[in-house]
Amino acid sequence: MSNRQPAETTPLIPRNRDVHPVAYDPNYKTSVTRSPNFPLLAMESTVTEETGPVFNQNKLGPLDNNLIMNWTQGKAPAVGERILMHGRVLDESGRPVPNTLIEIWQANAGGRYRHIKDTYFAPLDPNFGGCGRTVTDENGHYQFLTIRPGAYPWPNRANDWRPMHIHVSLFGSGFGQRLITQMYFQGDPLIDLCPILSTVKDRAQVDRLVAPLDLASSKPLDFLAYRFDIVMRGRRQTMFENKPEGM
Amino acid sequence: MTQKLDTLQETASQTAGPFVHIGMVPTYAGLGGIYEEEIGTSTFSDGAKGDVIEITGTIIDGAGFVMRDGMFEAWQADANGIYPGQDGVDPNVSGWARVCADPESGEWTLRTIKPGSSVNRDGKEQAPHIAIWVVARGINIGLQTRIYFDDEDNSGDPVLSRIEHKHRIDTLLAKKTEDGKYRFDIRLQGEGETVFFDM
Repeated sequence: MSNRQPAETTPLIPRNRDVHPVAYDPNYKTSVTRSPNFPLLAMESTVTEETGPVFNQNKLGPLDNNLIMNWTQGKAPAVGERILMHGRVLDESGRPVPNTLIEIWQANAGGRYRHIKDTYFAPLDPNFGGCGRTVTDENGHYQFLTIRPGAYPWPNRANDWRPMHIHVSLFGSGFGQRLITQMYFQGDPLIDLCPILSTVKDRAQVDRLVAPLDLASSKPLDFLAYRFDIVMRGRRQTMFENKPEGM
Repeated sequence: MTQKLDTLQETASQTAGPFVHIGMVPTYAGLGGIYEEEIGTSTFSDGAKGDVIEITGTIIDGAGFVMRDGMFEAWQADANGIYPGQDGVDPNVSGWARVCADPESGEWTLRTIKPGSSVNRDGKEQAPHIAIWVVARGINIGLQTRIYFDDEDNSGDPVLSRIEHKHRIDTLLAKKTEDGKYRFDIRLQGEGETVFFDM
């Protein structure tokens, strides 16, 4: 295959692992056997990480980002405190990340997931599924209409509770940018007690996972708003890239 | 004091958790029909060029237990080593799929096109491989690894050649079991621990 040209991709900025959670944290018990013992092998991104899946936006349905209505196909609304979750996706250089897919999933207002493995006795809401997806606009903005999920107990230490949270999955434009995180809610007293949140050791990074109430974006007599901005791994863009081997 | 850099820090990762399937593979979680079309169901569609192969394996934790809740995403080039988004890619190759462990046995199967060797920015050729990103409860930040093939020439691969502990390269090789079939187990921790990357 020597007739092929070098990839015209842009290198990813190496990940700063200090801003991420540690892999091994005894307070989050499942991480004890699911964290590698050996250090990660670090090296510069290759064409594999610099390229990534391309999605056809026509696949998205009109209710895909409306979790209040998407489970019933618009027939009946979910129970719970109605909220707008919205924000901007930027890269490490502060540039908007446009047209990127965002997926979210969450528990219902009682803290129960629609999943075969969730055995919490809080009831399912017949009008709530719990997932949504959208793409960012040209300025990196996204929005979801949903209900605020409930807190719930989980088997870890004897009496651990998850704060209210929404799981968020993002793509960017390269597979090496792939990110899953969780959004928490301002003022939740469980935030400081959560062993999953505290796998992030940098307090400023923890705070950045907590969405503030954004009253200006709320709609009177309809929904409150929470603002969650996200920063994705960026790309290095200097004129000295793509040099031939050995130079 | 110095000038202040205006670069931002990446948002912290958090575990995908036990209910990741709701958001990423809703049909698997029991939410079939919530989307008109689910994404990530296959790396290719009818008409894709190349050999269809099947890779089967498990994800094993540090206690030696086969995980029932593990899942990963696969990302790969087409049979000519061209990635979707690059010029000349096979239009029937999306290159990306989500793969879940069977909730009973923990075994997963990836049915795909065998990728070709790909060319990096610096002109170096990478041996055929599939990039893997493992997420699950207990994994705080997705684990990057790769599936290479034991019936390919991997000797010049620039990534494998960076692995100092040569015997660990074996953890990245899918073993051919019969024509078109391979075995690849991912070990998160302990004996035979898979090599994970930060790249």
